Formats: sequence, structure tokens, C-alpha cells
Amino acid sequence: MELVDQTEPIVETPARPTSHPIETRGMSVHYGSFRAVKDITLFCQERKITALIGPSGCGKSTVLRCFNRLNDLIPTARVDGEVLYHGENIYRDGVDPVEVRRRIGMVFQKPNPFPKSIRENVAWGARINGYRGDLGELVEDALTQAALWAEVKDKLDESGLTLSGGQQQRLCIARAIAIKPEILLMDEPTSALDPLATLRIEELLQDLKEKYTIIIVTHNMQQAARASDFTAFLNMDLDRAGFLVEFGSTEEIFTRPRQKATEDYITGRFG
Amino acid sequence: MSVAAPERTAGFPEGEEIDRQIETRKRQGAIARSLFLLSLIVAVLALLTLLVTVINQSFGLVATVDEVSTAEIMESLGAATDAQLDELDKDQLVAVLMGHLERNPGRRLEREQRFYEDRLVFETQAKWDEVCSTAAPPPGCSRPARSRSDVLALVIEEVVKPQIVGIWNLGDSLFQRPQIEAEVNQAVPGAELSFRSWVSGRFLTSPQDPEPATAGIRTAILGSLWVLAITILFAFPVGVAAAIYLEEYAADNWVNRLLGTNISNLAGVPSIIYGMLGLAIFVRTLQAFTSGAAFGAGADASANGRTILAAGLTLGLLVLPVVIISSREAIRAVPQSLRRAGLALGATRWQTIRAHVLPNALPGILTGTILAMARAFGETAPLVVVGASTFITADPTGPFSKFTVLPIQIYQWTARPQPEFRNIAAAAILVLLVLLLTLNAAAIVLRNRFKRTY
Repeated sequence: MELVDQTEPIVETPARPTSHPIETRGMSVHYGSFRAVKDITLFCQERKITALIGPSGCGKSTVLRCFNRLNDLIPTARVDGEVLYHGENIYRDGVDPVEVRRRIGMVFQKPNPFPKSIRENVAWGARINGYRGDLGELVEDALTQAALWAEVKDKLDESGLTLSGGQQQRLCIARAIAIKPEILLMDEPTSALDPLATLRIEELLQDLKEKYTIIIVTHNMQQAARASDFTAFLNMDLDRAGFLVEFGSTEEIFTRPRQKATEDYITGRFG
Repeated sequence: MSVAAPERTAGFPEGEEIDRQIETRKRQGAIARSLFLLSLIVAVLALLTLLVTVINQSFGLVATVDEVSTAEIMESLGAATDAQLDELDKDQLVAVLMGHLERNPGRRLEREQRFYEDRLVFETQAKWDEVCSTAAPPPGCSRPARSRSDVLALVIEEVVKPQIVGIWNLGDSLFQRPQIEAEVNQAVPGAELSFRSWVSGRFLTSPQDPEPATAGIRTAILGSLWVLAITILFAFPVGVAAAIYLEEYAADNWVNRLLGTNISNLAGVPSIIYGMLGLAIFVRTLQAFTSGAAFGAGADASANGRTILAAGLTLGLLVLPVVIISSREAIRAVPQSLRRAGLALGATRWQTIRAHVLPNALPGILTGTILAMARAFGETAPLVVVGASTFITADPTGPFSKFTVLPIQIYQWTARPQPEFRNIAAAAILVLLVLLLTLNAAAIVLRNRFKRTY
């Protein structure tokens, strides 16, 4: 069954109950009258890393933001089609985005820790979501998972902004996993970091996928090839709307792409 | 500089032309810079002139003639004629009063405040008991007796009666003292020349008085502080709340944009118009509320709604647009990434605003509020319309009291013909400036405490 999923073009949506933590079916996003992405149908396997790649402006981040309804913040944004979280459409009436975001965490392109202490950065999300356990333990656990604990355990009360860029991004990851989400969305998490810090985050991703389903947007072809299990290649149509060109296992996409555009892109001939 | 091959830098100046061109560009910069410096000098000069004028008027020499000289008083007491009034004890001072005052003015003073707890000076016991048992006994019946320094002040005020016959400003007093002395000796022999600071402890703590020499600004200071407190209590929460709504909740449609534009326009409406608005709404329409009658708390039935509450709310309306605009700017300056970070953690919009947007916007919000408060503190025109009392001797006791404020007191004094009023007006301006500085400094310290967020 997994094999089938990896090789079949995803455009043919299976009409069966899904076991995927999250998937989209015929999803389009409009900003006002502008169609940003059209007819995206893809799914993510549990505890695997799915990479979204594609040229600038093709709507990778837009797709990613649909998974936790962060597009709701843009007043003109409209999402059509379905985004299914364990088979339930999160855009259905009556679904509270606050609940969705509690299950589906997000890490942003630029590290954006709160201008508060390191401890508070991690603990805040848990506290406002009514976490009843020991916050101290939770902070240590989240920071350990984010491979930051050893570096900050003696300065938990210092500002999150005193950390280096790479550390800040790991703090943001710790912050996201402290609310125990099932899925982690990452929007070019290493694009603002130096190669060494990037490497650490990539290593961290491999640890994190033991527990979380991860979707990552990246501009970095090597990163997608190195770190992800599945890859979706998006491209821009003539009307500047993004669409899904090809989706499959990372190995396939990078070694035996079926589409000419995919091959051109991953070999650096355009994009 | 070594010159690259000319063909490589085609289109750009080379050689001497470079120097000439750089020279021109630098000169333009120097001109701009000196213009900026000039503007700064103009501003500093204007402020210095203001300060110098005020200080010049607030201190200086005063020539006084006593109606009854100290020597005469000492003679009547049988003391050494070169003794001073300060050396007398309370009994002697009361004796001086008894010797120089008629019976009726004496009674008036005694009914105002007794001289001794256990005996009467001007009144008979029978009359006193009768007066004190009436429905509205004079304050003297219940107030504690006058202290020695109170009596000394009374002696100076009622017996010595020093008359000011000449006033000089600080500059003249410092540099032309011999000429002034000669002039005084020639014109009014026996006049006493003394250096006087019109700002004094007595000036700060005395109520308003028709006599410039004894008038003070306690009522005005208290009135100003009360009004400012009401203004802050009204304008700060309402202004910040409105700014939060406009920035964080309101949709970006033409209604809300129109609202924003109108608020900016309101900031430029002349303050006297706010005064008329305050008169119509707070003094007239909401009289029951602003006079305290609705709460059964009306301190003064003659206030008719012209109370501290009405004035504070009027000034609150006046500064509200400024508070809203500066708060909106401060809220808008909070990076969008912080809001996204908060929301992505499953926070509600309000949780995000409270935990991240407001704390980061607070220093900016406070900066705008400080400016607005400084404006409210010096505002005069709307309060004239709202009905600030120009002459009031009773301290404000609460939001439902009649009131006056410092700028109104100053305005009223400068309009008086007697020269002494100019000096106490200058002194009051000095006090106003110092108070303003103190309030601003306190607010800035408060703001910097919030800024200390990592």
C-alpha cells in the first residue's frame, strides 16, 4: 500500500478512508481575486518528513499555512477544497483554528522567539493551552528534544533573544513541540541560518521524525534530498498560480523524476 | 587614488573632476547640516528666552513700607525697640493684636479660628456659647487654636500691613542695586528694601487671595493634579482599548479607514471646541452625574456640574485622539512575526495580544500618553468654557468639587493691573514648568521600566 502511494500520481485521489495524519484534496487558495495555488492534492505519511520544493512564488508557503489555518490571518485569503486532518476537514464550519494549531505546530522562516525568557518562551504555549503537568519538566523535555537543553540549562531566565540565530530557531522548535503537537510545519526553517546551524537543524529533524510528522518547505535542494522522505514539487503556471507537478518518495523524485519540469528544477536548470 | 584605465570607468568622472564633484557633494551636506544646527539654535533660544523671562520676574528686590513699624510695636509692648517680631512669644503677639485691632475685626478672626483652646480674647464667653450653638456654627468653634506662627502671620497681615511700593526684577536687582537703593531712599524714606523670592513655601501652600502678597497656588496645584488624574483615568484605558480594536480586530474596510482618518482630524480640532463640547455634554446634559448628585455625593451644590470630573472628562476627550493615534502606531510597530508565533501555538487572538502585542507596544503607548498628558496639564481654553473658577479658596476635596487649575490661575493673574500679580504669575509659571517636568520624568521612568523587557 505504501508502495502504491509512492508511485501513483497523486492527482488520482483515492476515494477510500485515509490513514494519513494530514492530506489535501483539490485544495485551491485565493488571495482576493488572485489564485495563489490550485488543485493541490497530496498527503503526508505519519512520522515521515515531507518536503515541499519549488521556485520562488509558487505557493509552497501558502500550502503550508493551510495546514494550520494560518492563512486565516490574511483577511482576503480563501481556501477551497479539503484539508483533512485524520480524515476531518479542518476548514469545515465549526472547526476552531485554535484547536487545529494546538495539534499542528509551526516553525517559521526567521527565528522569532518571544522577547521573554527562554523558559517562558517554551512554557507559554503550554500554559495558555491549559497544560496541567509540571511546566519545569515540560520545558526541559521540549528543550532536550530540540537539542538545546545542554546549551541553555544554566540560563533559562535569560532572554530568548540573547541566543544565536541557530539556537533561536531550535528554541522556536522547542516552543512548538512543547504543546505536544502531532504535526510540525516548517517554513524554510534554515534559510536564515549559517551552514553549521543548518546542519544541526537537519540532524534534529531526523530525531524529531521519531515522534512527529513533519512537513518542511525548503529552497535548498540538497536539504530536501538529504532530510526528507517524500517530496512534492510545485511549479508556477502561466497564470502564476502554483500547482503540484509531482509528488513521490524523495528518492524517486531526485533519481527518476517523471516530469521534465521536475528534472529541470532539481538539476538546477531553472528555478 | 590610482586611476583605473579610463575605458573601464566610462561614464563616471575621473581625475580632477572626481575631487571637484566630491567637494560639491560634501558642500551640499555641510549646508544641510548647518541649517539643522540653526533650527536647533532657534528652538533653544526661544526656550531660553521664556525661561529667563519667567525667572527674571519670579525673583527680585521689593521695597515695602510698614503701616505700623516694628519699633512702634515694640514700644507699645515695652520691649527693646531694636527687637524683631520673630522674637516675640505667642502671648505677646496676641497682645499686639489686641492693642491694634478693633473689637469687631478681632471677633471675626476669633470666630474663624480661636487664639487659645481654653480662653477667649475678643469674644465674651456668653456670646461665644450662643454663636457656637447655632445651626451653622463658625469654624472657630471646632477648629484647634492658632499656632504661634499663625498669630505672627496675622500680626504682619493685620497690624504691620507692609505695603509694596516698588518691585524690581532679578536682573535689575542683581546689577543695579545701588541705584535702586538710592532711588528708594529718595522717593519713600523709611521704606525697607528686601530680596524676595515670589516662589516660596508660603506661595505653594497658601490658597488664592485677592492680595498678591499673600496669594498662593495650593488650590490651583491640587485642582490641576485632580483634573489630570481624571483625564488619565479616562483617556488612557479608552484610548488604548480603541487603538487595540482598530489595529487588531477591525476589518480593513472603508468604514474603519474613515474612522481612522477622522480620529487624526480630531487631534487637530481647536481645544476651545472641546471646551464647548464638554460644556454641552458634561456640564449641562450630564449635570446630575458630573455634579455628583446622582451618587448623592455632590460636595458643593453651587458647582452645577462645573466640577473636576467634568473638566477631567473634557480634557480626556481632548487628548483621546492623540492617545489613540500614538497607541495605534505603537501596536502597529510590533512585528507581525510575534503575532503569528503566538497564534501558531494555539493561542487565541486575545491571548496573543495580551501576552505579546501589548507588552511590546507599551513603551510606545506610554510615550504618546506622556505627551498627551503634558498637553492636558497646560490646557486652559477648554476649562474656561467648562467653567473653572477663577477665584476659589477652598481646596478641591474630590471629583465633584469646584476647581481651578494652574494655567487658569496664571491667566487670571496676568490680566490684573497691579504689578505684583505679574510676579506671582511668573512664579506660578515656574511652578507649572517644574511640575510638568516632574510628572514627565516620573512617566519616563515608568516607561523605561517597561522597556527593560529583554
